[in-house]
Amino acid sequence: MRRGAFAALYDSFMTLKAPALMIMMALPVVAQTPGSYVLQNARVVRVSGPVIERGTVVIRDGLIDAVGENVAAPAGAWVIDCQGLTVYPGLIDALSRWGLPSESEGRGGPPARGPEDRPLNASWTKAADQIVPTDRVIQRVRDAGFTTAVVFPNGNIFSGQGSVIDLAGDRAGRMVVADSVGQYVTLRTSGGRGFPASLLGSIAYVRQIYLDADNYQAAKAIYEKHPQGLPRPAYDRALEGVLAAPLVLLPAEQEIEIARMLTLARDLKRKVVLYGGHEAGRGIDLLKQAQTPVLVSLKFPVKPRDADPAEEEPLRVLEFRDKAPSAAGALAQAGVKFAFYSDGVTNPKDLFRAVRKAVEAGLKADDATRAMTLAPAEIYGVADRLGSIEKGKIANLVVADGDLFAEKTKVKYTFVDGAKFEPLAEEPAQRPAARNSAR
Amino acid sequence: MKVLLLLAALGNGAVFGADAPVLIQNATILTVTNGTVKGSILLENGKIAAIGERVAAPAGSTIVDGSGKYVMPGIIDCHSHIMVDAINEGSVSVSSMVQMSDVLDPEDIAIYRALAGGVTTANILHGSANPIGGQTLVMKMRWGRNAEEMKLEGAMPGIKFALGENPKRRGNGPGNPGALRYPATRMGVEDVIREAFTEAKAYKAKWDDYKAKTARGEPALPPARDLKLEPLVEVLEGKRLVHAHCYRQDEILMLLRVADEFGFKIRTLQHALEAYKVAPEILAHGAGVSTFADWWAYKIEAEDAIPYNAAILTRKGVVVSLNSDDPELIRHLDKEAAKTLKYGGLSETEALSLITINPAKQLMIDKRVGSLEVGKDADVLLYDGHPLSNLSKVLKVWIDGHEYFDRDQDIEGRPKKEAEKKALEKKAAGARGGETE
Repeated sequence: MRRGAFAALYDSFMTLKAPALMIMMALPVVAQTPGSYVLQNARVVRVSGPVIERGTVVIRDGLIDAVGENVAAPAGAWVIDCQGLTVYPGLIDALSRWGLPSESEGRGGPPARGPEDRPLNASWTKAADQIVPTDRVIQRVRDAGFTTAVVFPNGNIFSGQGSVIDLAGDRAGRMVVADSVGQYVTLRTSGGRGFPASLLGSIAYVRQIYLDADNYQAAKAIYEKHPQGLPRPAYDRALEGVLAAPLVLLPAEQEIEIARMLTLARDLKRKVVLYGGHEAGRGIDLLKQAQTPVLVSLKFPVKPRDADPAEEEPLRVLEFRDKAPSAAGALAQAGVKFAFYSDGVTNPKDLFRAVRKAVEAGLKADDATRAMTLAPAEIYGVADRLGSIEKGKIANLVVADGDLFAEKTKVKYTFVDGAKFEPLAEEPAQRPAARNSAR
Repeated sequence: MKVLLLLAALGNGAVFGADAPVLIQNATILTVTNGTVKGSILLENGKIAAIGERVAAPAGSTIVDGSGKYVMPGIIDCHSHIMVDAINEGSVSVSSMVQMSDVLDPEDIAIYRALAGGVTTANILHGSANPIGGQTLVMKMRWGRNAEEMKLEGAMPGIKFALGENPKRRGNGPGNPGALRYPATRMGVEDVIREAFTEAKAYKAKWDDYKAKTARGEPALPPARDLKLEPLVEVLEGKRLVHAHCYRQDEILMLLRVADEFGFKIRTLQHALEAYKVAPEILAHGAGVSTFADWWAYKIEAEDAIPYNAAILTRKGVVVSLNSDDPELIRHLDKEAAKTLKYGGLSETEALSLITINPAKQLMIDKRVGSLEVGKDADVLLYDGHPLSNLSKVLKVWIDGHEYFDRDQDIEGRPKKEAEKKALEKKAAGARGGETE
């Protein structure tokens, strides 16, 4: 028996209302199927299909066993009356640091002399190998409805491979849904210690690495066929790392960065996802043409708190800030796939406020929900198991007493891999800056 | 998708070619290559369609009254660092793998200001932090368009070299020891260039060998593509222009000799404040010189300069241009050219050539731009007086026949922009006040 399941059972025991408790006590076999729940009389936002105004979702063995208007409750399941409640797929943070140790810095050593020294490269590392299940932010965001995060190591130009993790569990391995979904590329610089010291160098470096990776792959294949008489290609973990990741995440916040990264993407000849996206509205024609998915940051740009009040800001900067919330709506309208991500924000209230801003700026509410459920699952190739309420998918759900992103809405339950969680009644006192807040 | 692309292409074409013909009448037209014409110039379909005393206006033309006004070709700056987000990759002594085209910022306000000063084309260079710098390109100041659309189509790409104090500075302490790198002397600068081209030749040989082997059907590992060496091979093959930052006559001679030895050409010597001392050698190599009118003494290697540099070199037959290297100077290159009338007694046409047809020749774009000739790009300036007068201002700028700058409209539009800004500031302040943090 899984410890997690016991924990869930204990959790349920402590919080279930009387009728459900009676059912459990009447059926001694329940202990063998602690992960079975029936959510009845619920409004079900499936995302993959039309909303079911009054329906049932059955959860069994960590998976969604059934969903529909007329679904019989299986024997031995916990029945939860969801009258007046709405069931959503669990929310997904599409680019996250939740559950990872604090930022890893670039390696030391002598200054790099060029791309061949592989500076600021940890492409072979995987977020799945670094998960800290006890990270307190996990509970905080789970209580708000987040059940999944696509977490990436960071701190380097080739920061490493991202993993899809479920936000509950006491063993890191059980939390992993997919271990390598993308390579997180930043365009940071060496800070003056060796190559690359500028954006020029960072971009050239990325281009050279992918060329090297292609060459490495080809050379290895030829060598395997003709090991006699050919020089042996040198093993290169940096290239192994970029070859292992099916997607490349490139930073693009402003329109010019979108243009640059789409150009780079054509050179790389790889599947690319852009992150940042605040100026996707201005860059919409380019994005539409390229059909490149965009991860839109929910940390909208604002005037820095310590800005010099005497300094006049250019019109262009003001426009940039003003238009940021409308980026998601523009992407939706243009039919470009996009998802939201936390971008270092760990307070779900701030994230939901940003979502509301995006809706006020023209994003349809349905599209907002999709951008935090099915869309990220599709972008990362895990839509066959996550992102919507469908039979057979992982039972990651959130049950709320209203529209999930509305200010007054309260989350009643969150299900992660079929285990049920209830948020703390009171929001805990604001902790000092969370460990993982810096991206 | 295909339909979309087609529409996008049509959209572009329409924007680029949709301008009504422009006929500037009764103006003094300084063609630079064919003397002065009192009369009219017609801009049609992005090109100069006619120049003459009388030119008939095609249907739908915009007529511009040029009475008392002057028309000249758009100014070309052979050395600029505007419109980029990064200038130097100075961490390494050879940074030929980096490309200025990767960091273009088409919204840099310096572009608009350069336009207001009459500049229509600029050579966007990497900085001078290392002996061999990054890949460069030629851009038109098509303000409002994206970076791709601003590239001068078909212009030969370039690469920046640098000699002397700047590239050797990083080899000398004090400062961050981690930032130290070879070379620390002029000897080292030469060595870096020699070594890089030796490497480039070996790289080329490796590829030639691979191609020969695969052609014979023998198994062979493909050489790894090296983005640092590829542009140097292009230099060796004459497919990429070298723009070399330099000051002293000794280093100029050094570079010309190294280039002769390795079999490549230096297209332009940039700054080259001591070029007047070695004009015959420069002419023999076939290099051009792109210099300042009277800007010097800002460092030791820039001490032995004279304002006659451009004039002396011109008289010796070297193709000379005046460049800005600076977002402020780029706004008055016309006045820089005027200085050569005083220093060295160049003619008005020779002076104007320094900022128009000569830089065009240096960048090998003189078939398209650099003078007012029928068939050339309609990159045209309208002045309220003679361009070489300190009192004259640029009134209008056309690039490819499209008006990109209008002084009156700019001034008229300022209150509206100001109001727009105030409204956004107010909105942002309101949003902040309403938020709980």
